[in-house]
Amino acid sequence: MQNLNVFAPRLLEKAEAFSPGHRACIGCGEVLAVRLAAKAMGKNLIMVNATGCMEIIASQIPNTNWNVPWIHTLFENTAAVASGVGSGLKVLMRKGRIPQEEINVAAIGGDGATLDIGLQALSGAMERGHKFLYICFDNEAYMNTGVQRSSATPFGASTTTSPAGKNSFGQFSWKKDMPAIAVAHNIPYVATACPSYPFDMIRKIKKAQTFDGPSYIQVFSVCPTGWRTAGDISIRLGRLAVETAVFPLYEVENGKYKLSMDFPKLKPLTDYTKPQGRFRHLSPEVLAQIQEKVLQKYDELKAKTALDEVKP
Amino acid sequence: MTKRVGMEVSIAVAEAVKLADVDVVAVYPITPQTHVVEHIADLVVDGELDAEYIPVESEHSALSACLGSAATGARTFTATASQGLELMQETLYVASGMRLPIVMVVANRAVSAPLSIWGDHSDVMTVRDSGWIQIFNENGQEMVDNTICAFRIAENQQVLLPVMVHMDGFNLSHVIEPILLPDEEQVKAFLPTNNYPLPLHPSKPVAMGDFAPPFIFTEARWAHEEALRNSKRTIVEVWDVFAKEFGRQYKPVESYRTEGAKTLLLTMGSFSETAMTAVDKIREEGLSVGLIRLRLWRPFPFEELREALQGIDTLIVLDRALSTGGPGGPVASEVRAALYSQNPRPQIVSFVGGLGGRDITVENFETIIKRGMEIAKSGSDKEFQMFGVRE
Repeated sequence: MQNLNVFAPRLLEKAEAFSPGHRACIGCGEVLAVRLAAKAMGKNLIMVNATGCMEIIASQIPNTNWNVPWIHTLFENTAAVASGVGSGLKVLMRKGRIPQEEINVAAIGGDGATLDIGLQALSGAMERGHKFLYICFDNEAYMNTGVQRSSATPFGASTTTSPAGKNSFGQFSWKKDMPAIAVAHNIPYVATACPSYPFDMIRKIKKAQTFDGPSYIQVFSVCPTGWRTAGDISIRLGRLAVETAVFPLYEVENGKYKLSMDFPKLKPLTDYTKPQGRFRHLSPEVLAQIQEKVLQKYDELKAKTALDEVKP
Repeated sequence: MTKRVGMEVSIAVAEAVKLADVDVVAVYPITPQTHVVEHIADLVVDGELDAEYIPVESEHSALSACLGSAATGARTFTATASQGLELMQETLYVASGMRLPIVMVVANRAVSAPLSIWGDHSDVMTVRDSGWIQIFNENGQEMVDNTICAFRIAENQQVLLPVMVHMDGFNLSHVIEPILLPDEEQVKAFLPTNNYPLPLHPSKPVAMGDFAPPFIFTEARWAHEEALRNSKRTIVEVWDVFAKEFGRQYKPVESYRTEGAKTLLLTMGSFSETAMTAVDKIREEGLSVGLIRLRLWRPFPFEELREALQGIDTLIVLDRALSTGGPGGPVASEVRAALYSQNPRPQIVSFVGGLGGRDITVENFETIIKRGMEIAKSGSDKEFQMFGVRE
């Protein structure tokens, strides 16, 4: 593993499909994930971008950070637009109006654009079986509009619309299990990833593109601004989310679950929650409740996984 | 070869879409539009039309899929009505603002509540300012012709705007009419392959839909405004070429028996044909009344309308929509605004009727004309008259 770190840069594509100079916050985990994803997807790509931070920080007229064809239209329709792009390319190739070649179509959106307002369009596009990769960059709230809760916000997190106060401990519902919803659409490939594990993430994105149908990847994206964390611990926080099983990494290929990594001993939840302002108000009782739920969900996930495929 | 067929208008529209060799069709069912997309589905599965057919999960996604496909340079069609158009509202502005040449047939229908599946122009009026070219039609032949013309207009490099082709729900969508289906080769010659100037393709990356800070937003809006206003020139040119090729002439504002008339009736859509019959009858009674049919709703044909209304005393406008709590009929309101600067200008009497599928018969039109003439003489303290309402 140490040797791999030394040579790691050589394993990455040098060209930047998403170039420097964007306006993201210091320590933004999402923009790092977008950059890595863009590298992984290569040049033969059309990118469809939902409204959100990534659109705002990278596409102000007259500038753009995208070195690939890119389209943004609205907040909730990204998957539908992507299905139109794919269909357009398909028929134009069939009719010989553009050269026959593999062009990847990707749609990206935040957790609000994916789990909330865009869920219907995404469900429709997945169900219809268009060949495209949807990546949800999950920073667990509406960050672009100023940290409002979404259905991806974890239980207990304080946001501007689920604030902790005298009569509340913050977010009142458990995080929606979007990967499971994607799996329920019988699509060929679903995965979770985190830029703290760049090679795992890049591998999954490349793999997703090989399937002749929809694929869905949910990428854990640390948001220092919304989570009230130091900008220099984003990578560490991503690792802690995985090591505590708050955000386990796994993939589901044609319905078959496979853990990407397992740990002989999970770290305690508080290692992950402690550095975050959004959880600071939580009582030991609520934290214990969350810890229990995390372990329960992890056990459920492991139960879906074939044991012999789990590598320690 | 041109074929004369007896055909339901919705089916004929689908045949026109086939003649236009459309590349992508995204559809969601809604009455009274469904027959159009059902027949397109048949044409695609039978191999008569080589297109990608995307049966989406909502109208919002129907137009969203169209945004994506039009951005790749594919010729793109959809159809909707009423609530569907309402659900598309947000995407409509994107289609026009991003200058994507999509063609959409709207089977005009009332807007809920109360629920009504029947025809009027309430749906159109809610999307009046969405920046689309909007063409109204009176019969099946016009629907076929203007569906074909719409692609040539939309895809024109000077225009690059989406076009709505309006078809009154049921009154037009569900009636069987004799229709001349143009010859395939002739349509092919009339309608060149879509050549969208900056399509999404990795060989030449473009960024579409970047966000505009205040320093550029006004200019972007103005560019759209100019494009829409200037599109009238292309629309008229396309109609003139169409007339030469196919022998049927369309104009932004069309007149019927207006010679010598001091009183004119103005209508939009399928009711114009009934109005013509009423005008014939009234002329038989010795009253010199004519009819103006507004074909081009957007861009609004200010010059053509002023010219058509020159020298008259009274203009009676029938709207099939109500600007609730406002000026009454949206068409009357716009016509008033267009004529306010004219001197002399006619008296304008506004009627609202034919809502939610209620018929306006020839006799009703005669009543409207006669009452309109009386009101023009006596004056009225009402902004508009609600025709046929039981109070």
